[in-house]
Amino acid sequence: MQHRFMSEKAGHTFKASKPRKLSRRKFLTDIARTACGVGFFGLGVGIYSKPASSLPALALRPPGALPEEAFLAACTRCGLCVRDCPYDILKLAELGADNVATGTPYFTARTGPCEMCEDIPCVPVCPTGALSHELTDINKSRMGLAVLVDQESCIAFLGLRCEVCFNVCPVRDQAIRIEPRPNLRSGHHALFIPVVYSEACTGCGLCEKACILEEAAIKVLPMRVARGELGQHYRLGWEQKDKAGGSLVAPDTEHKFNLPEGVKYDYYGRGLVDERGAAITMPGTGEAATPFSSNPLDTLNRGIREAK
Amino acid sequence: MITPLDQLGREAIAKRGWFAAHKWLLLRRLSQMSVFALFLLGPIAGIWIIKGNLSSSLLFDVVPMTDPLLFLQILSAGFTGIASAAVIGAALVLVFYLVVGGRVYCSWVCPVNIVTDTANWLRRRLNIKSSAKISVNARYWMLALTLVLSFSTGTLAYELVNPVSMLHRGLIFGMGFGWTIVLGVFLFDLLIMKHGWCGHLCPMGAFYGILGNSAFVRVRADRRADCDDCMECYEVCPEPQVLPPALKGEQKGLAPVILSGDCTNCGRCVDICGEDVFDFGLRIGRISGVGKVDGAPRAVSGHESAS
Repeated sequence: MQHRFMSEKAGHTFKASKPRKLSRRKFLTDIARTACGVGFFGLGVGIYSKPASSLPALALRPPGALPEEAFLAACTRCGLCVRDCPYDILKLAELGADNVATGTPYFTARTGPCEMCEDIPCVPVCPTGALSHELTDINKSRMGLAVLVDQESCIAFLGLRCEVCFNVCPVRDQAIRIEPRPNLRSGHHALFIPVVYSEACTGCGLCEKACILEEAAIKVLPMRVARGELGQHYRLGWEQKDKAGGSLVAPDTEHKFNLPEGVKYDYYGRGLVDERGAAITMPGTGEAATPFSSNPLDTLNRGIREAK
Repeated sequence: MITPLDQLGREAIAKRGWFAAHKWLLLRRLSQMSVFALFLLGPIAGIWIIKGNLSSSLLFDVVPMTDPLLFLQILSAGFTGIASAAVIGAALVLVFYLVVGGRVYCSWVCPVNIVTDTANWLRRRLNIKSSAKISVNARYWMLALTLVLSFSTGTLAYELVNPVSMLHRGLIFGMGFGWTIVLGVFLFDLLIMKHGWCGHLCPMGAFYGILGNSAFVRVRADRRADCDDCMECYEVCPEPQVLPPALKGEQKGLAPVILSGDCTNCGRCVDICGEDVFDFGLRIGRISGVGKVDGAPRAVSGHESAS
């Protein structure tokens, strides 16, 4: 103990008597040591930051959150959004407990969906704009996208009336619509299927919260998981045609059915018609004449008999 | 005469009484606890004086504050569209610490200080002497690292492991396993290195230390002639390398002011000194880089006329 003090004492009577000279070798070694140590630490943190920053599919960012990469650069993890959420749905991720980048805010739709406050109090309080202040209409927020992930357990697909997700949706009848489909199992009932439209869905998660199943069949997923993307070169012909006011390729030509002179085929179910559009009927029976046999096998086997 | 370690602080206590000999330590603990209590008052009692945490906060729902180092990391991560609240908030914090001393943050606000002070206290009680050797400048490498990391990963990567924000945010918003990192810092300081984290590695300390280089509020050693070389201040000072110029620099014409940004303005030296050598004061006009001070008492001859 005494000698430790002595050495410090030697240090603090440094004065100008004997300028302390650090050998170049020691100087360089010290710098290299520090740089290596810090470098290894940095490498560790850098590698850890990748998995630690990947957002699990069921963790949703608050409304107005920038795309995930920019969000992780901008969010200071201060929790002001958490404080200003009147429904206390937001949570700052905890290390090792939430699998979300530590300290960043998120919510889980199934347990606490966004209640879609009209004044969006969580957004303007964000000091950095990680929650973009440009979002002023909550209906324009895109926290994720509801996807009916399990058609096998959704009871609407089983032929039962449910429509709970449709009814709780804050953008009712726009984000989720009920569309009737034939019930092929019974053959004579309708299925009332909830269909999500991405143009209106905010990803608030109220539908997922309300889903009556043990495990929700409709889930809000982050856009990156929920959406497909059409190749950039695709053009929808019918849209382009409307836009241009007419066909952009060759003019539509009428399909030739190789019919007798003066006879046409009517697309709207009347079978063969004459030039004036009057239906041609089969002699005797009076039924509408058609170029196709009533037995579908005849169509399938056409040509085979001749080949034999 | 050098004071043996087991006699540490006895003289000051005998001369001034226990409370006066722990004045700044007690005030510091009060300050650290108060900052923490203010942040907790909202979530616990519904009294919202300040919201958020040390990374960013909002005082009285009006005054924004943002950690300026975090602000730099955000810029370095490539996000330039920072909203005005964070810009104003970072500027406010920056100016505040430029005035009172950057590392006032470390000793008067930062919650990790209590952890590492406890580790150091225990280290003394358990008589642990071995200590790893890391340069006190390693923290500037760490500071550079935080910026390089955010630049190269595009995220605030250091925030994933930062013990300071981990502890403060954790205590207010929920800790998860964040306590393991804080425990790591504690054990590191206790078993591996004296003043290891705060004194050598913490990049936030490095950043605030840079701010502190030009701060106004300073610990002064105006009565340095009374120093009896008991070495007690060296023992308790978390950054003992800052002491010699002020304490023993008289013959070199150095002012009796601790000018290093590393000084945390913790006031332990003021408390512990039996001879009342140190006290808080202001930096007075500093001349040409060598730290000579106008009107410095008992300055080297030829400088008396300077004031």
